Amino acid sequence: MIMRDFALPRLSLRFFPIWQRHWLVWKKIAAASVIGHLADPVIYMLGLGYGLGSLLPQMGGTSYMTFLAAGTVCYSTMNSASFEALYSGFARMHEQRTWEAILNAPISLDDVVLSEILWAATKSLMSGIAVLLVIWLLGLSHSAMSLWMIPLALLVGLTFAGLGLIMTALAPAYDFFLYYFTLVITPMMLLCGVFFPVTQLPQSWQTVANILPLSHAIDLARPLMVGNVPPDAIQHIAVLLAYALFGFYVSLVLFRRRLAR
Amino acid sequence: MGILSVNSSVSTPSLTLPLHGGGDAKVNRDSKMAAIIQATNLQKSYAGQRVVDGLNLFIHKGECFGLLGPNGAGKTTTLRMLLGLIAPDAGEITLLNLPVPQAAREARIRVGVVPQMDNLDPDFTVGENLLVYGRYFGMKDSEIEARIPALLEFASLTNKRDAKVPTLSGGMKRRLTLARALVNDPDVIFLDEPTTGLDPQARHLIWQRLRELTQQGKTLLLTTHFMDEAERLCHRLAVMDNGKLISQGTPRELIEQNIEPQVVEVFGETAGAWANENAARYSQRFELSGETVFCYVQEAQPLVAHLQTQSALRYLHRPANLEDVFLKLTGREMRE
Repeated sequence: MIMRDFALPRLSLRFFPIWQRHWLVWKKIAAASVIGHLADPVIYMLGLGYGLGSLLPQMGGTSYMTFLAAGTVCYSTMNSASFEALYSGFARMHEQRTWEAILNAPISLDDVVLSEILWAATKSLMSGIAVLLVIWLLGLSHSAMSLWMIPLALLVGLTFAGLGLIMTALAPAYDFFLYYFTLVITPMMLLCGVFFPVTQLPQSWQTVANILPLSHAIDLARPLMVGNVPPDAIQHIAVLLAYALFGFYVSLVLFRRRLAR
Repeated sequence: MGILSVNSSVSTPSLTLPLHGGGDAKVNRDSKMAAIIQATNLQKSYAGQRVVDGLNLFIHKGECFGLLGPNGAGKTTTLRMLLGLIAPDAGEITLLNLPVPQAAREARIRVGVVPQMDNLDPDFTVGENLLVYGRYFGMKDSEIEARIPALLEFASLTNKRDAKVPTLSGGMKRRLTLARALVNDPDVIFLDEPTTGLDPQARHLIWQRLRELTQQGKTLLLTTHFMDEAERLCHRLAVMDNGKLISQGTPRELIEQNIEPQVVEVFGETAGAWANENAARYSQRFELSGETVFCYVQEAQPLVAHLQTQSALRYLHRPANLEDVFLKLTGREMRE
């Protein structure tokens, strides 16, 4: 029994019809969703970019707006994967009993959880691309290297989808998610270099920031926006992937235990 | 690594041949002996409490088998174990000749499930619900689209194809859930309280459809606590309580084996007093429930003749039914 709960995920292509289901639902609300994806990050970026940017000198050889653009892509992809994995995932698991319906078909829980992660990452990808389009249209990035931001958005999506699903597996109700946003997501946004370089923080805070996944995403994004190869790229990618795999495995174990009744 | 095309992974050719009859739906008398669902000494506990306790089931191809029991008897847990959604603590299960839970996923390719609570996709139309669900079985869109008109007709939802789920009535949702369970043309259909919460019209329509399915040779396993439903639909029944099967047989056998053939219900304010004085003299067995005395008798005539002289009492004489059996076996006290 216990052994079965801790078994490694068994992956299959059966996640795909579930992903297709989520896609079909999304298409019905696509317009509202795109506006939602864009409004918040773009207003932050432009508001702070113009407002603070006029007071600040150049940051690492770029304008403050360009500095902010890299962070904005990362935090908006973090947010969209987190919201999808937490609120929408919980609705599908608990409220709508969508998972229950799917699990009565020849599909395993491993397939369902994989589809949730990949779908939340898809949402990140879409929101990342939406923000990038604004960035390119405003001329904040001219480098072809910034195209690498697209796979990065997917990777950040996988990371935060996995971590978010751990919360979903533990949540008794929607209220629970507020803790995750106020204690994990918002602090990450403020500590990991979205609005200012991590090096501005006291040393001990920097140590914490360097453990958090969003810092690694931003360390990759910022050089890409201005056309440089990110230093230690492999290491940052490995950290993000490790978080994603950790989230997938731990959430799967927790879902197995939760749904075993 | 799995395969998307679930149809190609159906195992044991000896099994697939007779069962994949498709259109021809007569119950083969020889195959009646084969178990399509078999459970041996099934056990399941939650937090030290036995929910299913040494259960044995043997369900034949083409029969409609009813699992009866009060709330909390372990019916839903049993269904979930038979489907391979939860693992038993002990015991063995085969579903369509495949071991469960080990090969449950493969077995479910040929199973349909009508769950206790509706879990249709509220964002989708009726037609989309069927399409999306068929994909979970590895069916091609064209294959599913070809089946949808017949499924909608079966569910009497043909003109609702483009209606969104939240606009449907409770009965329509149940019928759509039933149609969805048939999207893969299953050999076995699990139904967990299929008519709970429906009005009589909606219930009768579901019953009619379930009878059609048994006529087509499908095997049905249903749980219910409506005795009239069980009596009308099921070839065989098992009564379950506290995780154990306490009686099993055809509806008629259950009545014959467990209870006297005639029941006289006696009501009135003085019924209790009357029962203490007289009930034992006229009946083999009696029970007092509120202001009603249930007298179970082999021969009702002497009791009825006596009651005709009692002007303060009213009475109802009827043959014993499954509800009497159920209440005798599981007791009259409230559950939950």
